[in-house]
Amino acid sequence: MATGALGIHGVSKVYDPDGARVLAVDNCTLDIAAGEFCVVVGPSGCGKTTLLNAAAGFHDITAGEITLDGRVICSPRHTQPPGAERIVVFQNGALFPWMTVQDNVAYGPVVQGKLSNAEARRQGDELLRELGLAGVGDRYPADLSSGMRRRVEIARALINDPKVLLLDEPFRAMDALTKGVAQEFLLQAYDRMPKTVFFITHDLEEALFLADRVVVMTTRPCRVKEILTVDFERPRSFRVRASRRYLELKTAVFDAVHEEATRAFEAGERELA
Amino acid sequence: MRAARSLRQPGLYIGAAGVVSFVAAWYLLTEFFTLPRFSKLPGPVAVWSEFTSRTPTFGTSVFTPDYWKHAGWSVWRVAQAFFWATILGVPLGLFMGWKKVVHDYAFPVLELLRPIPGLAWVPLAILLFTGFASREAPIIFLAFLPAFFATTLNTMLGVASIDDNYFRAAACLGSKPRHVFLRIVLPGALPYIFTGLQISAGVAWFSLVAAEMISGEYGLGFLIWDSYVLSQFPVIVIAMVSLGIIGYLFSAAIRLTGRFLMRWTTQGVM
Repeated sequence: MATGALGIHGVSKVYDPDGARVLAVDNCTLDIAAGEFCVVVGPSGCGKTTLLNAAAGFHDITAGEITLDGRVICSPRHTQPPGAERIVVFQNGALFPWMTVQDNVAYGPVVQGKLSNAEARRQGDELLRELGLAGVGDRYPADLSSGMRRRVEIARALINDPKVLLLDEPFRAMDALTKGVAQEFLLQAYDRMPKTVFFITHDLEEALFLADRVVVMTTRPCRVKEILTVDFERPRSFRVRASRRYLELKTAVFDAVHEEATRAFEAGERELA
Repeated sequence: MRAARSLRQPGLYIGAAGVVSFVAAWYLLTEFFTLPRFSKLPGPVAVWSEFTSRTPTFGTSVFTPDYWKHAGWSVWRVAQAFFWATILGVPLGLFMGWKKVVHDYAFPVLELLRPIPGLAWVPLAILLFTGFASREAPIIFLAFLPAFFATTLNTMLGVASIDDNYFRAAACLGSKPRHVFLRIVLPGALPYIFTGLQISAGVAWFSLVAAEMISGEYGLGFLIWDSYVLSQFPVIVIAMVSLGIIGYLFSAAIRLTGRFLMRWTTQGVM
């Protein structure tokens, strides 16, 4: 459990360095401890996803370094290709529509040659059951609701026992009720097998409910503005949302985000003017 | 289930009404009013009675072995052309869509060759296949070419249509290139591949008939041209109707295969 510390040190990312030079991330530093649930919030388009994609190995960075347990995985000179120790759950979902739920979940361990097909399916079924998805194994993703699809995708990530889970607004497109249930299932899974989690969202309530720490980012270029420690005990129930401490934290995080959102809005106005 | 459901859809009956109107118009023009321009054309009654006669006036009906020989040769030639177009076109298209370097090599050549009409290939096809299989090969080759282009290009577009996130997810999950190819690229491109195969079968028939008219001893295309030369006009229409029916069956077989392979889409491809 002591593995999976994610270090982001002085990271900058410039898109199109020879042309328009868009500075997406500017000298961003953040240390996420092994097993910590870290939620990153900030205005749209601020560069959070850029940071997550760099940690996943999807693209390089312009300055600084990202480390996993002290080993550099992303720097201007070297980007370690994506792999099963850092698994991404995407904003719009990326279950393979042509595979059944069971085949989707078993895919990782099978292609890595870690498990036989039968064993991967067995473990997958177990995970699906824990996530409240017993009996949907032979259905195709198109037959499931969006909430179920997200849980399947989380099962597909967890079966690989990754060091880091990178979740990019995974519950974005859900209605409030579905979202609440999906969050509870995620927390249950997290309590059972704590992983380092890097979770991006716009939803401040979601952030406070899930996180050990909420990191508020500035508007573009992306930098760490403020870090709030969320000290609710785990396992958490949805009742924390009715506590006074929750309200205090919510006020604090709302103030921080609102300031940035206003700046982002004004910057947008300027760009349009 | 699907059949029972389609019986309740108005589309089926409207479609049947369309076919009936067409045949009725054909009958009125050629056999009832016998308008000047249409007087030489065989009408539906003449065609149907010839087609189903045990002793056809011009020697071609469903009861003559000759008819089945012509139809059989055409089907066999298209099947071969379609087979080679698929076997070569699908892998080439997949690699062109997947690997940029393959695309950069092959795409300009394909795009230069594709606009050349099939008939322009006739002399080269004959020169190419002299001696070895010189009777059949040029005809099959002419049917193969446009089918191959249709399959290759649609397959390539199919790969391009795959959401980038599937590739990223596959990379995260530890895929080696062969897994990406077999479990992402190929199934992801299937809907477009099957669109390509439908077009491919269509253009293969199209070119086959043209090729059979020019060179060939058998085949429905040959039968059409031969009957024209011999003034056996109802036979022309018999061969045309046969082409329509066989083409439809080909298309339906491809569609059903596609549906079977793509059970994961809630609605069929087309």
